[in-house]
Amino acid sequence: MNWSEYKKGVHTGLPVGLGYFSVSFGFGAMAIAQGLSALNATLISATNLTSAGQFAGLTLIVAAGTLMEMIMTQIVINSRYSLMSLALSQRMGQRIGFFPRLLIAFFNTDEIFALAMDRKEPLTVPFLLGLGTLPFFGWTGGTLMGALAGSVLPSDIRAALGVMLYGMFIAIVVPPAKQEKPVLITVILALVFSCLFAWVPQLKSVSAGISIVLCTVAAAAIAAWRFPIAEEQEAAV
Amino acid sequence: MSIYAYIFTMALTTYLIRVIPLTVFRRPIKSVFLKSFLHYVPYACLTAMTFPAILTSTAALLSGAAALMVAVLLAYRGKSLLTVSLAASAAVMVTEFLLAFVK
Repeated sequence: MNWSEYKKGVHTGLPVGLGYFSVSFGFGAMAIAQGLSALNATLISATNLTSAGQFAGLTLIVAAGTLMEMIMTQIVINSRYSLMSLALSQRMGQRIGFFPRLLIAFFNTDEIFALAMDRKEPLTVPFLLGLGTLPFFGWTGGTLMGALAGSVLPSDIRAALGVMLYGMFIAIVVPPAKQEKPVLITVILALVFSCLFAWVPQLKSVSAGISIVLCTVAAAAIAAWRFPIAEEQEAAV
Repeated sequence: MSIYAYIFTMALTTYLIRVIPLTVFRRPIKSVFLKSFLHYVPYACLTAMTFPAILTSTAALLSGAAALMVAVLLAYRGKSLLTVSLAASAAVMVTEFLLAFVK
């Protein structure tokens, strides 16, 4: 094990670890507010390491959805990771073998992926594992702290902390929507579909997991059809 | 159903999505539609999960709406994830504190 590479990875991952700690605090508080135990909330974070997927998963657990719904929801919401893994795989080259890849895959979140792709030097196994270390402990530890705080705080404070997760989602979506018109249109489409499922009487009976999947697939498919990425980049020139 | 069945299912599904392209399918995606679709999925999904759910996630409709407005405004101005999250949370607390007085 090359410890110098590992340390570089840990250092690079520090800001993400701090960010994850605070946001997952919100997830922990929200999970408790919805009736989960602190241990189970922490277990979800330690085994999943993904914000949107966990959030949708929590919704499904609370709504007592089916396991098939759970699988479909995770596939749709987390499908972007397959693309990131493909890109990361190209970047890693042939030097990194099968078994380290099994471990590295677990840590492939949006932010860790972004940092890995940003590195100028060749990627190494110790660097990638170091990169994932603090975000993993930040995400898991923040969830535990949020869940413990949530168990003792009154319910309105818990709800206020739970809103942090929505705040993070908004902070991810708004800047690119401001800059790229296709993203803005995707967001507007998803908003409209989501409101339809929430407020139209005939659609209200559709379960939470399925409605998220349908809104996501419909909005992203329309955007992909109207604004294919290659064309969009040409138009921007 | 046991909560562990849910947790195991979601963890395994998420892991397989991450590990298969890193180990088995290492070829780049060629379909422009599929690439574009995957590019737009996070935005569509995060939006659908946030709205209108944020309005009903707090004790009062007004505090959820305040959180939404504060978060969108700060995110539009390019503030960090942490700032936006904390401000949304603070907006809920302030609004509910004020509402308690009105009542």
